[in-house]
Amino acid sequence: MKLTRRAFIGTTAAASLSAPLVNAGGHGRPKVVVIGGGAGGATAARYIAKDSKGEIDVTLVEPSRQYYTCFFSNLYLGGFRSMDSIGHSYGTLAAEYGINVVHDWAVGIDRGAKTVTLAGGSTLNYDRLILSPGIDFIDGSVPGWDVSSQNAMPHAYKAGSQTELLKRQIESMPQGGVYAMVAPPNPYRCPPGPYERVSMVAHLLKEINPTAKILIADPKPKFSKQGLFEEGWQKHYGGMIERIGPDFGGDNVSVDAGAMTVTIDGSVEKVDVCNVIPAMKAGRICEIAGITEGNWAPVSAHTMQSRIDENIHVLGDASAQGDMPKSGFSANSQAKVAAMAVRGALTGSKVFPAKFSNTCWSLVDTDDGIKVGATYKATDEKIAKVDGFVSKTGEDAALRKATYEESIGWYAGITSDMFG
Amino acid sequence: MKTLLSMAATVLFGMYASTAVAGDPEKGAKIFKKCKACHAVGDGAKNKVGPQLNNIVGNAAGAVEGYKYSKALAAQADAGLIWDETALSEFLKRPKAYMPGTKMSFSGLKKESDRENVIAYLATFSDTETLAAAPAEEREVTLSDATLSIEGDVAYGEYLASDCQTCHQVSGASDGGVPAIVGWPRVEFVYAMHAYKQKVRPNPVMQMMAGGLGDEEIAALAAYFEGLE
Ligand SMILES: Cc1cc2nc3c(=O)[nH]c(=O)nc-3n(C[C@H](O)[C@H](O)[C@H](O)COP(=O)(O)OP(=O)(O)OC[C@H]3O[C@@H](n4cnc5c(N)ncnc54)[C@H](O)[C@@H]3O)c2cc1C
Repeated sequence: MKLTRRAFIGTTAAASLSAPLVNAGGHGRPKVVVIGGGAGGATAARYIAKDSKGEIDVTLVEPSRQYYTCFFSNLYLGGFRSMDSIGHSYGTLAAEYGINVVHDWAVGIDRGAKTVTLAGGSTLNYDRLILSPGIDFIDGSVPGWDVSSQNAMPHAYKAGSQTELLKRQIESMPQGGVYAMVAPPNPYRCPPGPYERVSMVAHLLKEINPTAKILIADPKPKFSKQGLFEEGWQKHYGGMIERIGPDFGGDNVSVDAGAMTVTIDGSVEKVDVCNVIPAMKAGRICEIAGITEGNWAPVSAHTMQSRIDENIHVLGDASAQGDMPKSGFSANSQAKVAAMAVRGALTGSKVFPAKFSNTCWSLVDTDDGIKVGATYKATDEKIAKVDGFVSKTGEDAALRKATYEESIGWYAGITSDMFG
Repeated sequence: MKTLLSMAATVLFGMYASTAVAGDPEKGAKIFKKCKACHAVGDGAKNKVGPQLNNIVGNAAGAVEGYKYSKALAAQADAGLIWDETALSEFLKRPKAYMPGTKMSFSGLKKESDRENVIAYLATFSDTETLAAAPAEEREVTLSDATLSIEGDVAYGEYLASDCQTCHQVSGASDGGVPAIVGWPRVEFVYAMHAYKQKVRPNPVMQMMAGGLGDEEIAALAAYFEGLE
């Protein structure tokens, strides 16, 4: 068990009410509070602490002691990874980087006073605040579903117990049963995520329940890496997967968690597992802070600063930044730009022009990996795509295997870049 | 001249084929192309990303002068590892399985015959007396002296490197298909990045990442990563 430093925070917070913006003459270190210890938040906290070499006091607020990555959680469903192997703790960030890790929820933000209130009652002061709270679901986006139905109809779109529950439900399906997925509308976290999930569920079912069926109700006419996924489904799981797009009513769906039915364009289907992935919005704390427009928090591409409050930076899924997909890779990339901007503002360190990149790997079946990626630059208007690539249909097995192996390397890389 | 050399080579090959090792060095020379991005062999060969490989077959592991080995290899060398045919073959089959923690980012040679052949090829360079000349250094791309002589700003490199570290671990550890890139000689790093940038090396992620970098930026990254252990 790692130590958090609540007591320490309590005292220093009180002492620094009048903290200057730039650390002048040893008058208390400037303070950064990071809310959310995921792909964006953990990376930002680590880079600020590491690169400021102790000049900045970094506090990371995250309710969970163990962060289960959504990335590779589909591989857990397919049996390629254990739950343990995708769990990470904050011990190194606290012990080796001197980050104050506080396991609590942020429940209030006073932008005028520059304070964050925690569910436990304490208050944190900040000079800069970084929000990387991920996503929450939009109530009512799938009629019949709300978070109180998430045990009967899991979303498994935040990894951990939801993912385990979904896997158990799939494993308990009767032979020849039906797994249904209600896919989300754009924009949502991890564009290929639902389709990699379908691939992994099909892989599992092929082993334990080969006559089972997979039904996808999808409000989107097109989806990420569609040609590649469909080629793979045909090749590995011929006949198992059916997708109903908006042309056949995939955008007109309701569910009944009690009866375990999905109604697609008026026709009622009885299903055995129903994986509802509702429409998404920025993590609720962004709304509480009053920095959202519509469902997301708009930011400047140069620094990831909120367009509404320049003392706040928003990273990852919660931000409206332009062309980058909502992915762990993107959040990690944005975090480094924000960390540099925050250090520049608080300690006067050198700031280089922002650069971003993303690659999303997906596994279709054993040793059959595909990927899509792009690089981006900051413009005044948005994060704008510069260059990109995507795997091709018909690639040979050796290349697909190499792509999968590359994703394993990436997973080890990004998680050590986040957690040290 | 050419004929003489190749005759000498044939004699040498013949000698090893009949005495020491089982493989076919000529076939091995072709397989060695996979190794060449990181290893040189032959008279005058220098350490690159990996150590030069003269005198490797049958000799003590971890003994090449001036090369900084992984902890894993150094430990086995201390424990007395000798690169005889069996050990080399096991290592080359799946380097990371044989030696967890090795810096060598190579998935391995699955086929036993490929391993035998490449070992036979290396064995032809394992007698200093008769060492064949190193083949002229063929780089994947041609770079001007101006490009090669850019100093590289380490601080800038450190910032740019954060982009690399989403996949490449700064500790020098490597998993799956993503190689370690710390401690590479600068010039090797520069050539590798330009080879991706010019799309001579195949990986699309690296082509894209390198494609976005100018000569100064590549030099900065090379300088930064060279200094890491
Ligand atoms: C099935 C699936 C597969 C995916 N696969 C990939 C992939 O292969 N590659 C990839 O790059 N991305 C992938 N993603 C996307 C990736 O997981 C997200 O884009 C990424 O996690 C976003 O990072 P973030 O920092 O914005 O949010 P998160 O990583 O979700 O972190 C948010 C954190 O904030 C905390 N938090 C929220 N509210 C509060 C509060 N009020 N107070 C304190 N803490 C709070 C949460 O507990 C959470 O730990 C996948 C996602 C899913 C669902």
